[in-house]
Amino acid sequence: MTVAARPRLRGVVGESAPRSDAPPKTQGAFAYASDLAREGMLHGATLRSPHPRARIARIDVEAARALPGVAAVLTAADLPTKVKFGLMKLDQLPLADGRVRYAGEPVAIVAAEDPERAREAVRAVRVEYEVLPAVTDPVAALHPDAPRLHDDGNVIEDVRVVHGDPDARADVVVEDEYEVAMQDQAPLGPEAGLAIPDPDGGVTLHVATQWLHEDLRQIAACLGLPERKVRLVLAGVGGAFGAREDVTLQIHVCLLALATRRPVRIVYGREESFHGHVHRHAARLWYAHGATRDGDLVFVRASIVLDGGGYASSSSAVVANAACFGAGPYRVPNALIHAVGAYTNNPPAGAMRGFGAVQSCFAYEAQMDRLAAALGMDPVALRGRNALRDGDRIVTGQAVEGSAPVADLIRRCAALPPPAPPPGLIAGEVDLTALPGGVGNVTRGEGVRRGTALAVGFKNACYSHAFDDFSTARVRLVRERGEPVAYVLTAAAEVGQGIVGVCEQIARTELGVQRVVVETPDTSIGSAGSSSASRQTWMTGGAVLAACREVKAELARRAEAHDRVRRTPRDGEPVDVDLAPLLDPPIERTVTHRHRPTEPRDATTQNAGHVAFLFAAHRATVDVDVETGIVKVVQVATSQDVGKAINPLAVVGQLEGGIAQGLGLAVMEEVRLQGGLMRNASFTDYLLPTTLDMPPVVCDLVEHPHPDAPYGAKGVGEPPTISSTPAIVAAIRAATGRELNRVPVRPDDIVFGTAARSGWRMRPGADPRTAVRM
Amino acid sequence: MPVLIARRLDEALDELAAHPDTTVLAGGTDLMVELNFGRARPARVLAVDRIDELRQSAGGSRVRLGAAVTYARLLRDGAGSRALEEAARTVGSPQIRGAGTVGGNLGTCSPAGDTLPVLAALDAVVVLRSARGERRVPFAEFMTGPKRSVRRSDELIVAAEWDDAGPAQTFVKVGTRNAMVIAVASLAMVIDRARRRVGIALGSCGPTILRAPDAERFVRVLCDEAGWDRPLRLSEAERTELGRLVSAAARPIDDVRGTSAYRRHVLGVIAGRALARLGAA
Repeated sequence: MTVAARPRLRGVVGESAPRSDAPPKTQGAFAYASDLAREGMLHGATLRSPHPRARIARIDVEAARALPGVAAVLTAADLPTKVKFGLMKLDQLPLADGRVRYAGEPVAIVAAEDPERAREAVRAVRVEYEVLPAVTDPVAALHPDAPRLHDDGNVIEDVRVVHGDPDARADVVVEDEYEVAMQDQAPLGPEAGLAIPDPDGGVTLHVATQWLHEDLRQIAACLGLPERKVRLVLAGVGGAFGAREDVTLQIHVCLLALATRRPVRIVYGREESFHGHVHRHAARLWYAHGATRDGDLVFVRASIVLDGGGYASSSSAVVANAACFGAGPYRVPNALIHAVGAYTNNPPAGAMRGFGAVQSCFAYEAQMDRLAAALGMDPVALRGRNALRDGDRIVTGQAVEGSAPVADLIRRCAALPPPAPPPGLIAGEVDLTALPGGVGNVTRGEGVRRGTALAVGFKNACYSHAFDDFSTARVRLVRERGEPVAYVLTAAAEVGQGIVGVCEQIARTELGVQRVVVETPDTSIGSAGSSSASRQTWMTGGAVLAACREVKAELARRAEAHDRVRRTPRDGEPVDVDLAPLLDPPIERTVTHRHRPTEPRDATTQNAGHVAFLFAAHRATVDVDVETGIVKVVQVATSQDVGKAINPLAVVGQLEGGIAQGLGLAVMEEVRLQGGLMRNASFTDYLLPTTLDMPPVVCDLVEHPHPDAPYGAKGVGEPPTISSTPAIVAAIRAATGRELNRVPVRPDDIVFGTAARSGWRMRPGADPRTAVRM
Repeated sequence: MPVLIARRLDEALDELAAHPDTTVLAGGTDLMVELNFGRARPARVLAVDRIDELRQSAGGSRVRLGAAVTYARLLRDGAGSRALEEAARTVGSPQIRGAGTVGGNLGTCSPAGDTLPVLAALDAVVVLRSARGERRVPFAEFMTGPKRSVRRSDELIVAAEWDDAGPAQTFVKVGTRNAMVIAVASLAMVIDRARRRVGIALGSCGPTILRAPDAERFVRVLCDEAGWDRPLRLSEAERTELGRLVSAAARPIDDVRGTSAYRRHVLGVIAGRALARLGAA
């Protein structure tokens, strides 16, 4: 018998396979969480504190409850438990009880027959506040005399990295202060969830989230229900970037569903979304770098204050990242980095793409340029000279293993093709969209200077510091109409990053079947961990890979038993259709995948706390109208170590998207706060880069496989946001000669040369609590 | 909320006369945002974008632009003012330009309204019609404050009219993003060589659109000296002086979009560039 030539599988590992969710998403047919509906459902709405800090003297809900069409009005008095929620520290009640700690904190929730009535009921709730002076400067919040915003004080986390000789001296020292403003994740899909009461007294929640099981844990505890009575199903997620790491409306919508015994939906509008979720930490950073005259780094000392806002969220891990990666991807023999996260009365800060590594990278890369200038060296050469090599230790004492092609990334990135030269002064017809200010007609070449600069950054992949990091996958290989079909179930949230495609490609490759169905994630299977920390390809991809290999092993056993052993598939080859009869009964395997354990943090943070590191280099070219301060980023070129590109096109998408967010932080994205109040909670005034702001990106995918990762594939989502921001700002410095120690860079900073000053004197490396007001 | 979709002008004017609490809807690019944010809850809405008479325009030496002409159509068919076309091109996104209208810009009357500095610099007349008759109000008298105008509740903005000012006119808008941005500062400059008239108007720099009369006078003198029909070569000192005069005419504030210091500075820069470009042409 001859074996017929089998058709090649389409969409295996390494191919730029099209996304299965792309057609519905681009055609408007994809059901996002805000599209959820259920017959007879009620609409929820939230009353939020207008004050950043106040005591609640009294809440009167009678008028609201009496309105027609209002089914429930709940306050802290109606909470079934006094259990607090929080991603890492349980410090917030679902509804404020007696105190509010930020403007926007939920105080009451209502459910009504339609959204309009729900909003009306919210307006009818009377709250008497005793307004207290808000603490909005995080450095001031750390001062011993500051009002205590939480019972355990104002320090959320305190991380001190001590490496080598913290008092080391150097020939050449550069020192400055830096500021990073608050950025919003701004996912296009606003927060949304639909809760349906179950007959057993429990609840099923359909929600757009990054981590179903973590939500479940917090929801069940606050509802006072056993976890088995709370079920979560992933609804269509319209972007996340860290904003869906925390509980927002999850507990509220379940409380309302349980109180009314009816399905309830809550959908935030854009303004409420800004108030509802946590943001990227605003930061103050004081840095000193020392080097030999030859350009070898001797020490890095830094003090970092991150503004945690009213509640802790994931601040403790963000602070740890800011400190651990605070010296950059360089060989630094001596370091002292002290980072503190402070409670304030600003909106809470938590996870956002880059997670603490972004803030310190902006500062240390600016420092590297200053150091190069002080040494009279080329900044790219200085970076290459000090770049981490395989086996070098970062300032936490952990050796970089498997891959650290930092010097290689720098060299490759610097050599990528440059953009076309600037157009010069143009008379007559001109494509204004290519110039700073675009069709605003501000410049036709007048005042335009070009600058180019390079930056490099790094962070960890997956969870760190002894966290039990795992993901669970179930793979079922079945026969349908004579054909083998693989069903893959995990709880991994597809937030737009492409984990569904990764699972499809891995299952196709491993099992040799064309048809792979990735089922809707829910909590019927074990946790997948969060779609964050650039970890889902590594963790859930790894779990799917392991489950597929177990399925394949069983298939081989069955084939052997049926004497069909020669036809078991090799990697990347389709399974022989003759094997389909072996799938009665179907083969099903569930596997939990863990990465190797990491060490806990100790007092000086000298330990192997991370499983692996991710590196990228960015080179930015900008045209700046120096007289108006308007910036046009002309090109970003990047070399990123991706390990192995499971889907190169999807990887490029991650790189471009991450660079867009890094560009936003560099030149426009800032949540503007005044006395703790948000002044630009809309897309009219919170500016995101448009297609005319986003330049062409030259992507150089460097494949340096990590031995522990599936196919060697590292996470790719975060590095694009880390060093793109400092590269762009450095390019603006090169074009303007301005200091620019703050992001986002404002036109004023370019035109007037203003530098950001905190008003606090701080010796880099010292305890941020010892800052002295100037 | 009752919504009347008017097809004829008299029908719309009757509605306004009968119900002074009516909110007029043209392209909806301002009103729908207000509704979405819960900031507006109109008692009644009158949609005027389907009224043919408001979509008519006329060129020639006296230009008339119907109030319901969208920015997209104005860009396609021409507006009888190059500066107005430049301003229309800066409005929002293609979707917004497909819906928004010059009449709506006048109706909302925001100091950041992109076409308003051009209408001011052109000395345009706003044509208001009610069931009682027609009023023609010079732009300088039309706008009285941020989102305030002399339009009475029974009046509809039907058109804007101005004398064709020739090719020497331009509009410049400064924002902190390269597209889809609300003006931090804007400037329209018109040098009507035939009538020997100069108009300079500033947007987003005060409670209303501001004229810069001292700067206008300064440019008139420059044109007188150089000859109105000849290219104008601007010296560095003249450019600086023009910038100073334009900055001085502004009454900017610090707000979430920009600082007053930056607004004053950037107005000076774009005024110099505008005159250099127009003078060289």
